[in-house]
Amino acid sequence: MSKEEVIILDCSLSPFCNRVKIALSEKGVSYESKEEDLFGSKGGKSELLLKSNPIYKKVPVLLHNGKPLNESSIIVSYIDETWPSSSPLLPSSPYERAQARFWIDYIDKKVFDVGSKIWRSNGEEQEEAKKELIEILKQLEEALGDKDFFGGEKFGIVDVIAIPFTSWFYAYEKVGNFKVEECCPKFSAWEKRCLQKDTVSSVLPCPDKIYNFITSMRKNLGLE
Amino acid sequence: MEELKLHGTWPSPFSYRVIWALALKGIPYEYIEEDLSNKSSLLLQYNPVHKKIPVLVHAGNPICESIIILEYIEETWPQNPLLPSDPYERATARFWIKFIDDKGTVVFKIFRAKNEEEREEAKKQSLEMLRTVEQWGFGGGERKFFGGDEIGMADLAFGAIAYWLGMIEKVTGVKLLDVGEFPQVYGWIERFREAPVIRDNLPDWNLMVETFRRRREQLLESPKT
Repeated sequence: MSKEEVIILDCSLSPFCNRVKIALSEKGVSYESKEEDLFGSKGGKSELLLKSNPIYKKVPVLLHNGKPLNESSIIVSYIDETWPSSSPLLPSSPYERAQARFWIDYIDKKVFDVGSKIWRSNGEEQEEAKKELIEILKQLEEALGDKDFFGGEKFGIVDVIAIPFTSWFYAYEKVGNFKVEECCPKFSAWEKRCLQKDTVSSVLPCPDKIYNFITSMRKNLGLE
Repeated sequence: MEELKLHGTWPSPFSYRVIWALALKGIPYEYIEEDLSNKSSLLLQYNPVHKKIPVLVHAGNPICESIIILEYIEETWPQNPLLPSDPYERATARFWIKFIDDKGTVVFKIFRAKNEEEREEAKKQSLEMLRTVEQWGFGGGERKFFGGDEIGMADLAFGAIAYWLGMIEKVTGVKLLDVGEFPQVYGWIERFREAPVIRDNLPDWNLMVETFRRRREQLLESPKT
């Protein structure tokens, strides 16, 4: 087998980077992670990042044998297509794939932005954001139904896309004074199921780290 | 073949993406015009989350969101492929499709703008989007379309923006597509409009301009900010 070089331009707290690493782990693909300095405390974004993603200048970027790929959900699909032999992440039928893509699109457009509103605000604005997040999670509970995973019996692409956001929930809960488990128990149960997988728990950061990050951001924004 | 129905509205650019894909692959279907001011119970049943068109219904199974519909069509009817077969090239095509969907729809904000400030902001973002496509979309003039010599899914995605942009310019008087500043995009629009199948499946220009002119008058009259 030819030597594969797989590098991820990374940020350990980013749920978008973490979904890529979970996908690679699911496929048993070894990779090198290069942590990017996104906030400029150690010189800023690398030349490699700026060259590899000139349009958005964002992480994650996957470099596969030197060729750059951008946009995390597109990278995850690429990983699924390029290493198809082990555990497919996308379902096999076109209709089930369409459903998976629908939920990926929904999750990507809603979860992180609304979650960010919770910690970037106080008072009424924060309350509104909390309500919105709970509604979104309830919608996802409906989509999950009685299945163990969004992919059915097996961990699939929607699970890969969604699970990294949950490491931010502890911070949202502390800042917003609520508990996801109380409002959306089915969602919490799914979260716990995913975290039992090595490929997930070995990648996701400790929620305390994210809480500390959010606390310092809130101080900078004058919210604490 | 199983029953295939497209629920859309005329002249929605998102409906037209699906119309183009079905026409390019030669797939017969029944078109159902939806009234968005009075959404049918069928539409609400098929798309309960977003309640929007287009919806493709194949053998009773509804598929929503125009790009997701295009991917479904591509996988179900592989003739005249709209995506490359190489995974890296597919990822590149999907990058453009996502860029167009995330950033391209800002042109409709020019149409919906109720004041100078909103219009200027939408114009600024639209120009940024066009400059990115101009600089990166066609390999500096090497490619006729996003993927090469043939129309693909990224072109269908962009067609919904670019062709309607011409109408938005006419109805609002805001001029964006200067051939001097955007020679690649300009050239692409000409090639897309003249391409076989596409040219037979474009909304009637005058009717479309009239429809949007009336819609804009209604928008500007309505009391909501």
